[in-house]
Amino acid sequence: MLLSVEELERSFGGVRALDGAAVQVAKGEVHGLIGPNGAGKTTLLNVVSGLFRPTRGRIVLGGERIDGLPPHRIAALGITRTYQNIRLFPGLTALENVMVGAHLVRPGDTLRRMLFLPSARADEAKAREAALQLLSRVGLRERAHHRVSGLSYGDQRRVEIARALASSPRLVLLDEPTAGMNAAEVQAVATVIRQVASTGQSVVLVEHNVQLVMQVCDRITVLNFGKVITHGEPRHVSSHPEVIAAYLGSEA
Amino acid sequence: MPDLAGFFLTYQSLFAFIGLNGLLALSVYCTLCCGQLSLANAGFMAIGAYAGALLTQNAHAPYPLALLAGALLPALIAVPLGLPVLRLRGVFLAIATIGFGEVVRLGFVNWSYTNGALGLVAIPQKTQPWMIWVALAVVMFALARLRGSRAGYALEAIREDEAAARSMGIPSTRYKLSMFVAGAAVAGFAGALEAHLTYMVAPNGYGFSRAVDMLVYAVVGGDTVFYGPVVGAAFLTVLPEALRGGARALGLSPGPLRMFLNGAILLAVILFLPNGIVSLPRTLRALRLRKASRAALG
Repeated sequence: MLLSVEELERSFGGVRALDGAAVQVAKGEVHGLIGPNGAGKTTLLNVVSGLFRPTRGRIVLGGERIDGLPPHRIAALGITRTYQNIRLFPGLTALENVMVGAHLVRPGDTLRRMLFLPSARADEAKAREAALQLLSRVGLRERAHHRVSGLSYGDQRRVEIARALASSPRLVLLDEPTAGMNAAEVQAVATVIRQVASTGQSVVLVEHNVQLVMQVCDRITVLNFGKVITHGEPRHVSSHPEVIAAYLGSEA
Repeated sequence: MPDLAGFFLTYQSLFAFIGLNGLLALSVYCTLCCGQLSLANAGFMAIGAYAGALLTQNAHAPYPLALLAGALLPALIAVPLGLPVLRLRGVFLAIATIGFGEVVRLGFVNWSYTNGALGLVAIPQKTQPWMIWVALAVVMFALARLRGSRAGYALEAIREDEAAARSMGIPSTRYKLSMFVAGAAVAGFAGALEAHLTYMVAPNGYGFSRAVDMLVYAVVGGDTVFYGPVVGAAFLTVLPEALRGGARALGLSPGPLRMFLNGAILLAVILFLPNGIVSLPRTLRALRLRKASRAALG
């Protein structure tokens, strides 16, 4: 397993947002995380990416414990993410946003730039080319030089995906990447997700669009009230009575 | 061209102060460019000025060494100061750094070795205006080349959204601290330059109002590009002098009216050019475009 989350607990005051949740993500797998509102999906991403410390539990990435590490260390170990409420750098262009995302894979060049060394110029050109290629992958090449604050919701989400992929992470956490998108855009994102997985990178996908989840995920974990209801292949999960109950409500 | 030479000679000290204020504005820009509102630089400037002046006056150290110490000592102090205070955000960081500035000022006021509130006088005059301009050029060059580098992108990302920057693997504390230290070094260097230009240093020259002046230069000029603060410093240093000349030409006494106009122009810039003087061309272009599109729509 690339990522293994065990017995994860996180409380906010008296509320237990995560109550012993466990998730296993294999290399190259697209893993869906679904559940009703307030089930703890986003909290799980926040704890895994280091935004929140877990109250209890273990998070292991590739054999290394990462729970409690600061976010930039976790990113350096290979986990990047997008946000449910889009957190791009609004004053920067789409291209610049993706260039920031490449921070971990771009060599330091401050001194070399001061001395006008040709290698610094070459490195910058390479980083720019890689960022443009990522933007093409999410279908935004022609918007590369637009400020992201002026882009549509769907475009902003796609820039965020490109930014998260820019450091070639081992695992990408996508928090509702298709919210506010039309059907065609959703399909484009689905294609990108499958492509990412085909290169051996793993994806954790939090999504309310159940159809998309069933379409792109290899396995799914269903959360409710911070606990895992069930996990497994999409077919298995969608027929599970407790999942149906959690989503549609059960007769008392 | 004797006229031009005469002009430069007459206004030599004004040009020197434009350069010095430019350096101070850039020292504030160092922290502003990664979103940190620090008012500690008047304190760092004081430390640099005293360190440099004491070295030349009491230790008879060579002038370059005094300048170097004027930059290094504040930078060293900035490290242990920055580690705790840079955890604070926004206005809380501003308040903490104002506190630091006051501690430094009061420390010098009460230190008998440096003549308390009277400060040091008769410091040998060793700074030439061209040295100030060379220093300004070097700092501007460094900041210009920082733009577009990996660190430059990281700083912009931290300014825009620190949490998101961290989740891209950017160690934000390290970057913020580096720029805090760089700002302290520039401010201290400017302090040492100034001490050897004006022959004297006194604690009250480095109080709260000095800290605010530097910040205002940077904000009025524009704090999103490296040359903005220098433009702001030049504008606000020349403005009172230009108003003095203007009032005299109109036969008015350049007294309170000058300060009033100075304030009014400052207010106008802040109101109508929120991104600073350097955004003037962009603002005008946008205005023209809007007018044109309105005309086209009838």
